[in-house]
Amino acid sequence: MRTAVVERALDPAALLAEVSRPANGAALLFVGTVREVNDGRAVSGIDYAAYAAMAARELEAIAAEATERFATPDVVVEHRLGTLGLGEASVAIAVAHPHRGAAYDASRFVIEELKRRVPIWKREHYADGTREWVDPTAARTAAGGESRP
Amino acid sequence: MTVTVLLFAAYADALGPTVELDLAADSTVADVVRGLADLPAGRALPPRPLVAVNQSYAPYEHPVRAGDEIAVIPPVAGG
Repeated sequence: MRTAVVERALDPAALLAEVSRPANGAALLFVGTVREVNDGRAVSGIDYAAYAAMAARELEAIAAEATERFATPDVVVEHRLGTLGLGEASVAIAVAHPHRGAAYDASRFVIEELKRRVPIWKREHYADGTREWVDPTAARTAAGGESRP
Repeated sequence: MTVTVLLFAAYADALGPTVELDLAADSTVADVVRGLADLPAGRALPPRPLVAVNQSYAPYEHPVRAGDEIAVIPPVAGG
């Protein structure tokens, strides 16, 4: 298991290689990338910012939970900070397991928990020159939902 | 006691990256949030933002002590 919050380009293939062992019959790589449209607005790039110390801690806790819950030590996660262009990788999650079912479940677990708990924020740059911090809870909060993880 | 509160993203844009608050000795996370809401730019915060104490999410009844690392966490958007 290994996690990192970094300020350099990710190398997802290297993460996949890191978890691949003969004991594993399944290796999965999830790569999150900067998408060109969000909520109908044309996006030209994203700044990723973090509460770095806590983000590193939460990411490590999530990976540790995944290794216990899905019984594999082979979980590697990296999240990138800084300014990213379209198509660049912001997060890479590599998981390997003797069997595919648990590998898929572990990969999904890590990305969903990351999006729920890790204190990282993104400010989208729009084609019209404006920039805004993204609030994924805006719709839920407006409907009276709780934002607490 | 004086506590320093860390702010991030949209909250930092409104209130600055750090805010010092003067609180009573037996204060809780709820008192930190109330202290921030009372600042001139405090209306930029939602009524119940997430708070972390010493890098862990903390409930509003959690006590705060001088020297704690207190952070107000905007809705996270990683990935």
